[in-house]
Amino acid sequence: MALLFIDGNQAVAMGALYGGCRFFASYPITPASTLLSAMLETLPAAGGIVLQGEDEIASIGYCLGASMAGMKVMTATSGPGLSLYSENISFAIAGEIPIVIVIIMRQGPSTGSATRGADSDVQFMRWGCSGGLPVIVLAPTDVSDCFTLTAHAFNLAEHFRCPVFVASNKEIGMTSQTVDMDRVERPPIINRSFHESGPFQPFRVNPGMDVPSFLPIGGPILVRQTSSTHGPDGYITTDPSEIQAGVERLQRKIEANVESFSYFDLEERKGAQTLIVTYGITAGAARAAANELFEKQNVPVSLLVLKTLWPVPEQVLQSAAEGKERVFVVEMNLGQYIQEVRRVLCNQRVDFFGKMSGQLISPREITEKVLGG
Amino acid sequence: MDSLLNPDRPPVFCPGCSHDRSVQVLDRALQKMGLAGSEVVIVSDIGCSGLFDTFFNTHAFHGLHGRALTYAAGIKLAQPGLKVIVTMGDGGLGIGGAHLLAACRRNLDLTLLVLNNFNFGMTGGQFSCTTPENASVSSSFLNTLEKPFDLCHVAAGAGAPFVARSSVYRKNLPELLQEAISFEGFAVVDIWGGCPARYMKKNPLSPKEIESAIEKLPSYEGVVSANVRREYSSHYRQEAGKEKAKVPWKGTEPIFEAAVRERREVVFLGSAGQRVITAGSLLARAALLSGMNVSQKNDYNITVMRGPSVTELILSPRAITYTGVEHPRIIIALADEGVQRCCTLFEKMRKGGRIIQAAGVEIPATAGQILEIDFKAGGIKKKEMALAACSLLARDGDPITAEMLEEALKQTFQGKRLEEARLVLEKAATIPV
Repeated sequence: MALLFIDGNQAVAMGALYGGCRFFASYPITPASTLLSAMLETLPAAGGIVLQGEDEIASIGYCLGASMAGMKVMTATSGPGLSLYSENISFAIAGEIPIVIVIIMRQGPSTGSATRGADSDVQFMRWGCSGGLPVIVLAPTDVSDCFTLTAHAFNLAEHFRCPVFVASNKEIGMTSQTVDMDRVERPPIINRSFHESGPFQPFRVNPGMDVPSFLPIGGPILVRQTSSTHGPDGYITTDPSEIQAGVERLQRKIEANVESFSYFDLEERKGAQTLIVTYGITAGAARAAANELFEKQNVPVSLLVLKTLWPVPEQVLQSAAEGKERVFVVEMNLGQYIQEVRRVLCNQRVDFFGKMSGQLISPREITEKVLGG
Repeated sequence: MDSLLNPDRPPVFCPGCSHDRSVQVLDRALQKMGLAGSEVVIVSDIGCSGLFDTFFNTHAFHGLHGRALTYAAGIKLAQPGLKVIVTMGDGGLGIGGAHLLAACRRNLDLTLLVLNNFNFGMTGGQFSCTTPENASVSSSFLNTLEKPFDLCHVAAGAGAPFVARSSVYRKNLPELLQEAISFEGFAVVDIWGGCPARYMKKNPLSPKEIESAIEKLPSYEGVVSANVRREYSSHYRQEAGKEKAKVPWKGTEPIFEAAVRERREVVFLGSAGQRVITAGSLLARAALLSGMNVSQKNDYNITVMRGPSVTELILSPRAITYTGVEHPRIIIALADEGVQRCCTLFEKMRKGGRIIQAAGVEIPATAGQILEIDFKAGGIKKKEMALAACSLLARDGDPITAEMLEEALKQTFQGKRLEEARLVLEKAATIPV
């Protein structure tokens, strides 16, 4: 068994390379700046392009241009930079531009603490841009997930032609861990579906499909991309029925398919009356807490670690929580994702524990809260 | 060549709008160059100039206000053979100022046409970054307080190798655009014209008046020889071609028996510049060589050469789920800053724990066994103390051995740095404990 000792940001870079990424642009920001370094060590040698943008708006803009010209693209930032990405994320949704956006979350609000972790932006990723349309957010728990979920993120961005977030955290991105790469899941690579024959319209979908087939800007057939409300031909439309059909399709293509990309770990223990629900870096502490409760205190507790946060994998939540007396949401913030859990499990008792002090939530804190009722 | 104008979508500008003329001029330039629509992309942003892409049968990318240069750069890097033409107004120019400066400095082969009509036409005639101070616009008196900027002066100052200014009415404008588009590098053309619906209502601006205003300014007619240099895209490809892959796909096979077969939590408490993170990585690598699972979590302030620097390691024969340290087995206290940051760790240490305390560093009460070391007396500098402490741990064979440390050093450092590190180990070996 040959172990690799890498941090989460290096694993994201490796997952991106594996996933087919050949264009990366970002603006340095702690704790995402080491991902820029890792991409500089990865892509140029593989024939890819890395740009250091003049700011975050430019960085994501470079990616959108390159994606429409046919490349698989990725950008990375932290909370403050996510604010600046907002308008272009909305564009990527509207223009159906595949892009992977890695957010290495840190302590907010505002500038907050650059070198302290927190899951600050879990709702912000979903709701932080105009239009309210859905995005996909995947949340790694460790180095191994950073690789696999980044590869999944590329697949999903390509398949659904949409922005896909990898929601990491300083405590994952900048913490090194041993990992056995032979045991890390490598999902088969999916590429965007290219238009093959017949007249081409950039946003036309085939019957029964919700994702338009792609052609790159720069090829022999003319391609239009636009941030304005458009019809299938890529020109502005003012037809209310066409507009409504367009936005409903953008919503449907993501939300109707969540079951095909609901990633999670469920550790069920017989007789468990409590279900812990968590994600991200806190999964490690929750796993240790659930083990300890069972092994040392004889209290069986089930654990659901969500790795797809958005769209909310409602069926996964409902099925894991079925029959439980208590659902206990633990997250490294003041209570963000619990809003979704409470919405989905509206007839069940859902308790919360979280903090945003720059320190990890420890297994002991979780066991105390679980036992404290 | 045929016109690249889209017969199904004729321009929809206001009667008398200078943009109408710009559309015709650009089409003429593209025709003269014999370009097919598929060889060109027009990248536009918001405002009246943002309609340009719809009038042409070329590739088109219409994006956010002021960001057209960023999309254009991504497209050009991905499709180096494509002619990339960016159109924006003086509005996009102002809001995207940082991108203009970056494009000038970068010198990617893009052509920027600024359709400069001195106001925001679409939103009601407000002042822009090029509105003259004495103009009367819909922003009340605000424009009288701000100085307009000279795009050509700024672009040349920022490094653009091709900068030209022209009235939209000049007869040779198609040739100028042809020159700009053909230029291999970033080319900016500042095209002055009038907005009849807004600006010209209160500020008469005949072709003659535009021409005389331009004549009063420094002349920019194309190549700025002081800025001529290599084009970014080809230069990038050449430099990137020299890069070697550094992705560490291959893991480390264990070559030693584990020194200890139990979980160990080790914390270095130091200050910035003491290389505690490097020492932690060495310890991690040494443990890795015996097949242990390792995690290393660092904590420091945003300041680079000041403040605490803490590294927390977990070495375990089992998979590590939680990466935080709960009950440190070993604490290496090298600086007060680090100790103060993590002072609660000392009370969490259980019996059997060990502390290496650098002389002069104060630590709280603890159940652990304290070993006070005068590194300075041993000839060990501040930045060498963390590595020397690793050597002291190896002397006890817990959690690593001296052989593992030596091998980790060899795998991490080369040349002079390796020699220096070995010297530290030699000095550490003479420290009495």
